Amino acid sequence: MPASFVPPSPQELFRFAPEMLMTVIATLIMVMEPLSAPEGKRKFAVITFLTLVAGIVLTLMGASDPGTAFSKMLVLDGFAEFFRILVMVVGLLIVLISTNYLKLEQHESGEYYALILFSIIGQCLMVSANELIMLFIGLECSSIASYVLAGYLRDDKRNNESALKYFLLGSFATAFLLYGVAWIYGLTGTTNLSAIRATLLDPTNHPNLVMLGAATALLFVGLAFKVSAAPFQMWAPDVYQGAPAPVTAFMSVGPKAAAFAMFLRILMTAFEPLKDRWEPILWTSALVTMLIGNFAALRQANIKRLLAYSSIAHAGYVMVALTTHSEIGTAAAMFYLASYAFMNIGAFAVVTYLARRGEKHVATQDLAGLSQTQPLVAAMLTIFLLSLTGIPLTAGFFGKFYIFKAALDANLVWLAVLGMLNSAVAAYYYLRIIVVMYMEPPAESAEELLAPTAGIRVAIFCTAIVTLFLGIFPSIILDFAGKSAALIR
Amino acid sequence: MDALLFFLFAAIAVGCAINLVLQTHPISSALSLVGVMGSLAVLYLLLGGEFIAAVQLIVYAGAIMVLFIFVIMLLNAGAEKKPTRNILRAAVALPLLFTLLAIGAFLVASQTPSTDVVKFGSFLVGGHEIGRALFTTYLLPFEATSILILIAILGAIVLARKEI
Repeated sequence: MPASFVPPSPQELFRFAPEMLMTVIATLIMVMEPLSAPEGKRKFAVITFLTLVAGIVLTLMGASDPGTAFSKMLVLDGFAEFFRILVMVVGLLIVLISTNYLKLEQHESGEYYALILFSIIGQCLMVSANELIMLFIGLECSSIASYVLAGYLRDDKRNNESALKYFLLGSFATAFLLYGVAWIYGLTGTTNLSAIRATLLDPTNHPNLVMLGAATALLFVGLAFKVSAAPFQMWAPDVYQGAPAPVTAFMSVGPKAAAFAMFLRILMTAFEPLKDRWEPILWTSALVTMLIGNFAALRQANIKRLLAYSSIAHAGYVMVALTTHSEIGTAAAMFYLASYAFMNIGAFAVVTYLARRGEKHVATQDLAGLSQTQPLVAAMLTIFLLSLTGIPLTAGFFGKFYIFKAALDANLVWLAVLGMLNSAVAAYYYLRIIVVMYMEPPAESAEELLAPTAGIRVAIFCTAIVTLFLGIFPSIILDFAGKSAALIR
Repeated sequence: MDALLFFLFAAIAVGCAINLVLQTHPISSALSLVGVMGSLAVLYLLLGGEFIAAVQLIVYAGAIMVLFIFVIMLLNAGAEKKPTRNILRAAVALPLLFTLLAIGAFLVASQTPSTDVVKFGSFLVGGHEIGRALFTTYLLPFEATSILILIAILGAIVLARKEI
């Protein structure tokens, strides 16, 4: 225990600057919200957008000076910078696709944007935390904001169901995680990830393996729930289907990427000494997650539910990367999460656009004849779906390629083979949507589809360009990921 | 004396917890929970965690339970309907429960190396040290918790207010 208090140095404060900025702005939005006229809510979207841009700039400026902050509570290495920027970019895209949706549903308000900002603050804390307590607080910030966002349209029954299920199951999972943290503290006397690693590596110290196994199992329950990995994936389809479409897009990438980041950090730093014991559990979970996601998606007629199962399947692929316990695997997971964020938000942007008021048009059949009514949107959605399938020249191909390559390098031949067979299964349900769009005529009774609004259009174009760009020049993100995969321990 | 007090209050805690599940009226269940929290606080006190004992009483027995009871009374929740007793289910569940408890007890007993009984006040930590840790090493989590609570307040407002 320190004898006297050392105030944080300017460098430490600067490493925490993006979070501080976002907290201040989010609080200001809460104050300004009641003072603004009902038709003047659009400015909150602009403020949130600019704040996130400023946050990304601050993070980039801080990238040259990695290190810890606030008595080693946070660690700002390349890994943290990568995920911070990723979740903030996700926030930018979500703001773009949300504005028009909220206007259509007549639920424009500053609180929506404040909640998005708070959720991103939580995710930034999660990805840079070097302490289990900090991880827990970040996770709760992110999750509580997501629970509320899932039920944001209060008068919609599906929203209520989604929020309630997410809240009850999510709190239960977090309780497991917290209980695991308490056990770890009891066994090692610390909650700092580097210190836990040192304790486990110390040959004079014999932590009780059965107790340690129980503690890590509790942690696993909490973490696997947050990334929707089997056997804790059953909440995802109901929650994703019920939540507002832009919120579903957000939940399926932002909190999930942050949860994977903390999963990776815990595995690669604190519990790396136990990697042989983790491996069979992760191996099984990865395989079951892929199987459940892909085979359940085959039978879905609702496109949101289909993308929810596809999101479970993609979590399974990332779990394969986690199973490898290598820096190549970490870099592959980082690349995969980044490319998945773009292609999935793109797909959800199209779904948001097609769903229209009250989300009436979310069946796969509603896409019939889209190539005739909105050929450009249909082409973009095709790009996203091909990328989700993993066709070459798209980001999804290289994402899967690097993950399975890392798995082969780590001698996980069977897991890699089964994963590849799984992605062949996945091709069926993604291509089926493309077939409906291009081969089937539009329904006679279909109401006219207006051209997408500017926000949606920008979001769809940007994500499509990034998806293609990463499919042709993957090295830009991959090099950075490879450099930052060596975490500060 | 320590052991006696421990077993007394541990028994009260377990008894109240069982009663909590068995009661059909929510108010009776809530009051049993107060019993559980109170006896847990005494157990903490026996270990020397005076601060945590006080927090346990103030936060759980005080604030959270009062909130529970308010909500139950506001919703005017009546006694729950007794589900029809299923002998078969009980015949399967009870042995399974005891097996689980026995395995848990066995694992704990076989894995804990020392058999020393914890003495009264073994972990005596004053409020002074806790306060110091909270405002130096753990300053950031302490402050970040305020953001967490702010999010919860904002969420409650978003979900509960009348007009949008």
